[in-house]
Amino acid sequence: MRESRRFFRPRLAFRAGSPGRAPATAADVEADRFRLLMLPHMEAAYSLARYLARDGAAAEDIVQNAYLQALRGFAGFRGEAPKAWLLAIVRNCFLDWTRARGAGEQAGDADEADGGVEEDTPEAILARKNEIESLRGTIEDLPEPFREAIVLRELEELSYKEIAMITGVPIGTIMSRLARGRRMLCDLLLPAGDAERRKAAP
Amino acid sequence: MTDCPDPLLLHGLVDGELDAANAVALEAHLRTCTGCAEELGRIEALRARLAGPALRHRPPPGLAGRIERALADVGGRPVRRAAPPRAPWFAGGALGAVAAALALLVAAPQLTSTGLEDELVADHVRSLLAAHVVDVATSDRHVVKPWFNGRIDFAPPVPELAAQGFPLVGGRLDYLDGKVVAAIVYKRRLHTLNLFVRPAPALASPVAFTARRQGYSLARWTGAGLEYWAVSDVASEDLAAFRKAFTEAVRQP
Repeated sequence: MRESRRFFRPRLAFRAGSPGRAPATAADVEADRFRLLMLPHMEAAYSLARYLARDGAAAEDIVQNAYLQALRGFAGFRGEAPKAWLLAIVRNCFLDWTRARGAGEQAGDADEADGGVEEDTPEAILARKNEIESLRGTIEDLPEPFREAIVLRELEELSYKEIAMITGVPIGTIMSRLARGRRMLCDLLLPAGDAERRKAAP
Repeated sequence: MTDCPDPLLLHGLVDGELDAANAVALEAHLRTCTGCAEELGRIEALRARLAGPALRHRPPPGLAGRIERALADVGGRPVRRAAPPRAPWFAGGALGAVAAALALLVAAPQLTSTGLEDELVADHVRSLLAAHVVDVATSDRHVVKPWFNGRIDFAPPVPELAAQGFPLVGGRLDYLDGKVVAAIVYKRRLHTLNLFVRPAPALASPVAFTARRQGYSLARWTGAGLEYWAVSDVASEDLAAFRKAFTEAVRQP
């Protein structure tokens, strides 16, 4: 038991011992804490960036920038809700990215909004046909504040409070955006006239 | 139906965001108002379509290494200036090693009495960080169970629990207390649940319990000479539900 513990906890030696002999500086420990808290949310960060930007390569750049900014601002992290904290930075980096693209490219936005971001290789066309891709496409086609609310709530399972923190708007606004986003998705995804049919049934 | 509440409250109800008084009042209204009940049904049907991790975009395999190098460049402690990873999971290896050591740092305060629980949490965190959750990835229990044969000297039961809300993801080998143990991996919504199984040590207590440690839940129980430890970041009640579902499924295979 003792031996195995040593095997699994090589670092405890300096933790328990005198700080003077520690091979790691305080900054190193902080950087390690950053990794431990933030790197598990890379998938959430990438997924959000991709739904916002609707572009895989841009999403990678956005996530990388977000991690760099998050590391710089890590001293301001109060230890609560690391995922929401990171996603707020991802969202800011996305906004920076849209600004950096400049007004000149905005004309192209409408085309990309139709889901034409993936190269139309035969594989991509085939993949798009399956259910997941079509659902993703439906979400991507939602107009902006609603898409963001749906992704954060339904895909990332964040609370209203966390979503409000990420987007910087009051909870009441989040609730109405979520309700409208869901109404749009219901109309697109659920069989129409469900309610009427049930009323007509004996 | 003239006094239907604000439709936003229906969303608050499905999202679990209503306070108790509002939830009770709304549920009473739903019993009498078919219009609101149907609207609630549609919201729930939509949520069911969107549930699960499938709709999330998976990051491309190179992204973790790219971010790792970018962080190292700006002083975020270089782990290892890695050669390009030979296989995707090696990219997480160095990170996993740091993470495992770190999980211990974080979990260090109570190490004298509860070293095993710390080690379980560390194993769990490492499995997530190293992107090495499973050695054999399949939702088919008839694949996972034989996979353990010959790799360990006991046969852990591998029930399918998707119907109870815990779909099977796969299995892998892990170390616990210096011995190789089976780790069976389930999902609870977006959360990963590691179930560690090993032969019950001599004089092992048959007591089942759940505990919280560093934000993770642990549940422990024994059965048929095996000791089970479930670890996840879900709520303790979810873990208790998992234990119940698992023990019931094992009892009637």
